[in-house]
Amino acid sequence: MSVFSVMEHLPPFESTVAAHGATVLRVCRAVVGHDDADDAWSETFLAALKAYPSLATGSNIEAWLVTIAHRKSLDILRARARRPIPVAEMADAPSPDHRSDAFHDLWPLVARLPLKQRQAVAYHYIVGLPHPQIAEIVGATPAAVRRAASDGIAALRRARRDARSESGPQPPREKGRS
Amino acid sequence: MTADHPADGLLESDRLRELDGLLEPIAESTLSRLHARLEAEADNRELLDVAVSTIDSPVGRILLAATEIGLVRVAFAIEDHDVVLESLAARVSPRIIQAPSRLESAARQIDDYFAGARQQFEVPLDWQLSRGFRRQVLEHLNQIGYGHTESYAAVAAAAGSPRAVRAVGSACATNPLPIVVPCHRVLRSDGALGGYLGGLEAKRILLGLEGAA
Repeated sequence: MSVFSVMEHLPPFESTVAAHGATVLRVCRAVVGHDDADDAWSETFLAALKAYPSLATGSNIEAWLVTIAHRKSLDILRARARRPIPVAEMADAPSPDHRSDAFHDLWPLVARLPLKQRQAVAYHYIVGLPHPQIAEIVGATPAAVRRAASDGIAALRRARRDARSESGPQPPREKGRS
Repeated sequence: MTADHPADGLLESDRLRELDGLLEPIAESTLSRLHARLEAEADNRELLDVAVSTIDSPVGRILLAATEIGLVRVAFAIEDHDVVLESLAARVSPRIIQAPSRLESAARQIDDYFAGARQQFEVPLDWQLSRGFRRQVLEHLNQIGYGHTESYAAVAAAAGSPRAVRAVGSACATNPLPIVVPCHRVLRSDGALGGYLGGLEAKRILLGLEGAA
């Protein structure tokens, strides 16, 4: 008899989509970019739906979904790499459909990070998974994951600062200049 | 030493500010577009074990659920739709998705019924939530026509067990397909309403609609 025996059955899958759909979409956008994020999201939830009845009750559903999203995203990135005319870099500008989501300026900056940093930023900062759990998902050491996450954030911060100083009508940062 | 949480090099406030944009809410239209795609592809890949949808009616909000076989559950709001969904997950399958398209025909027929434009339902039924004597009772109910009523005792006799009056009552009380399988047409011998899983007010409304009250 475990303390978890209260939860004898899985909740309806719909409640899983409602609870985690947005988070999984953010993860997909961060890892594969906006243009392929819908495909990654769909493949993730279809695979999750298929496997759902055999999921142990009491499992961490969010971590389970991220694990699936991780694999589906890698499939999409591999398929993209095999395309005859590969897109060298992810689109800088999100398609018009995505402009309704606020702060869209940050996504293109994430898209320019190396894959491992995108994954670490997504799983640690967007989802909130601890480094050791991410390490299991991506097959790396917790230390490597931690480094990738903090490098990713540092790079994002630099990129955002550069973007602002290029375009924004901001006051000069250094003092004492005439 | 907190080996678990060595400094990330960032304070909580720093990381939140850096990532504000990534944590903004996703537009509702984006999520519903993705959901519609999930509904369609799940159905194509035969992963949509239970499609559910809700409709509004004169007896309140009604939950409809269908398997690939047919309509498996009709539930009144008074039954608590969340509880009903949990029970479907446990008894039928947890692969439950909001997918109104599979329920279009059932929903339209129920709308027509409440509009007085339909007296009989023509939707495939999945009887898996009802077994044995209860199912026998419920299947008999389809022979009580629109606008007619029968007593619990008469139904018991028709189902082959004249003394099982109480069992008829509990068959009606646990009818997984109310409205469509017309347990509201069963009354007490003295003409009193008896019970109803949708509440007595709902039973009155249904009988009134059919001109049987």
